[in-house]
Amino acid sequence: MTLVFEQLLNGVQLGVMLFLLAAGLTLVFGIMGVINLAHGSLYMIGAYAGALVAAKTGSFLIAFPTALLAAAAAGMLMETMVIRRLYARDHLDQVLATFALILIFNELITITFGRQPLFVSVPPLLNGSIELVPGFRYPAYRLAIIVVGLLVGVGLYGLIQHTRVGMLVRAGATHRDMVRALGIDVRLLCTLVFGLGALLAGLAGVMAGPILAVQVGMGEQILIMTFVVVVIGGVGSIRGAFLGALIVGIVDTLLRAFMPSLLRQVMVGSEADALGAGLASMGVYLLMAIVLLVRPRGLFIHGQ
Amino acid sequence: MRRRDILLGSAAALATGTRAFAQTPVTIGMVTTLSGPGGYLGQDIRDGFKLVMDMEGGKLGGVPVQLVVEDDALKPGQGKQIADRLLKNDKVKLFTGIVFSNVAGAVVPDVVDAGAIYVSPNAGPSNLAGKECHKNYFVASWQNDNIHEAAGQAATNLGYKRAFILAPNYQAGKDSLAGFRRFFKGDIAGEIFTRLDQTDFAAEMAQIRAANPDVVFQFHPGGLGIAFLRQYQQAGLLGKIPMVVSEASIDNVILAALGDAALGIYVGSHWNTDFDNAANKAFVPAWQKAYGRPITTYSQQGYDTALLIASALKATGGKVNDTAAMRAALAKADFQSTRGAFKFGLNQHPIQDWYMLKVEKGDDGKPVLRTVQKILTNHTDAYAAQCKL
Repeated sequence: MTLVFEQLLNGVQLGVMLFLLAAGLTLVFGIMGVINLAHGSLYMIGAYAGALVAAKTGSFLIAFPTALLAAAAAGMLMETMVIRRLYARDHLDQVLATFALILIFNELITITFGRQPLFVSVPPLLNGSIELVPGFRYPAYRLAIIVVGLLVGVGLYGLIQHTRVGMLVRAGATHRDMVRALGIDVRLLCTLVFGLGALLAGLAGVMAGPILAVQVGMGEQILIMTFVVVVIGGVGSIRGAFLGALIVGIVDTLLRAFMPSLLRQVMVGSEADALGAGLASMGVYLLMAIVLLVRPRGLFIHGQ
Repeated sequence: MRRRDILLGSAAALATGTRAFAQTPVTIGMVTTLSGPGGYLGQDIRDGFKLVMDMEGGKLGGVPVQLVVEDDALKPGQGKQIADRLLKNDKVKLFTGIVFSNVAGAVVPDVVDAGAIYVSPNAGPSNLAGKECHKNYFVASWQNDNIHEAAGQAATNLGYKRAFILAPNYQAGKDSLAGFRRFFKGDIAGEIFTRLDQTDFAAEMAQIRAANPDVVFQFHPGGLGIAFLRQYQQAGLLGKIPMVVSEASIDNVILAALGDAALGIYVGSHWNTDFDNAANKAFVPAWQKAYGRPITTYSQQGYDTALLIASALKATGGKVNDTAAMRAALAKADFQSTRGAFKFGLNQHPIQDWYMLKVEKGDDGKPVLRTVQKILTNHTDAYAAQCKL
């Protein structure tokens, strides 16, 4: 039973990481209509900035905000220099240009820091594990990720639903031309939204540092899952991104954890493991295909 | 993404100016993985190979050599395209470099069927070692199963009874678990195939803790292995459940990253920095001097591959177009390997000794790999008998 609970927590943790990335991606796509493949590069920039500052200063408290600022700055720079020119173009041009950005960022990082992965140690305060219920311990750092992710979720909800900027963002997602017609500086709004998305990607990156290896190409690995989240949750919806991310995180983790042992009830061990692993890695994509069939606009988009 | 890195060995040949004839350099095609998480593996193979060339002033076995390095980005399709271009446009007759078995599976058949020779510095997939072995295909490193068989033997020697085993779900991953099982005499408490692009192993850590085995064996090359071991440590499993790994899972790069947390991990390996032979004593300081970064088994494999090719070029006088002569010269393996004894078996894969290493505190307090004992002598592979050459 504790195993199931632990795996659920692992799923939630993967989910909130995906949410931090998907939030930016879905806003950018919803409001500006740009498919930004280079979103994963912002995640990588956050991770590298965090890793480098943490190594230099030895303090995670300094590394954390630096990483967020670096990612946000890189994002806004990317928006003003490249993405802004793509709003009026079709999706193929956008994909081409942002794919080029991936290559450029990866090579820049390779040239500057080399190919060998960097490492960040877990902040001393969060090293070790916490006993949640008697006999069940969970790594403190992963717990912290869940808490931060949920807080960001709540914060974004407040920002989008209850502030003036949020109102513009929502309006921009559904009635872009109307917002423009009302005399809102859509350009500035776009840069700000892009910066916010980049900041969240950077947050995911810096938090991933101590768990994963910080390396070139780390963004692309998680970006594919992030796109699945956006498709399942519905483009442009923060709520959709949040729920979609949790669904994808939990489904992926539980399939990986329990599919082989379920299959082992009905077939030979090694075959069950191989088939289970195969099914588990297909799982979230199957889910996406089903969602596309049943609700092509995403699970959490209503009306229209 | 694709980069071309041409070293003109001929320049060095001209500079010496003493030769009566100007020999056109032999082109060697190196298709390897330089980008992505597996990037440092290809980089070390390339640099190990280049080290031998640099020590000879741009030559191998006295023959001027031009090394064309191309990045396959761990994509079999991309590797195949590069190889086709080098074969057709540049008429390259000698290839090496591939790190990953899935790329090797796509590239090697094309290369050897076109009449060129391929010498593997790393990947030795099982399917190419048995029935599908080829007279133009040589492996200078090991057959994939070997490194895991050594880990299995080490776990057996250490007296563990229940093992939990994990590997990514691809050919080399499957080979690894098969290899471990073949030489591990205890029971398998659990078996998990992870994804090749997976970097978060939280779910697997929970499964391991629940199964509570005597020992964990895992195979995750490059950055994946680093992530795995760090998370093993964070989950509080390191030091609690012992780990035996194959050499691909713990090299000096990973060790530098893990620090003291890696102390006590056992490794099955074909080579270590502390091996006491003349070739190794020349190699290790030369690497440190040239590159100043941690030396890995990939460095050693690149270096040994270059030595092997050098021996064949020397024997044939650099006539790579005479494939039969090149093959015969390569098969002799007439070079001093940094690992000690080395010869080719019937399927042109190595017959060599295997060792158990342990991560211990070094003289400077940093963890290092120390050789504990030899565990397998003149070890061949399980597929050699199926190869009819």
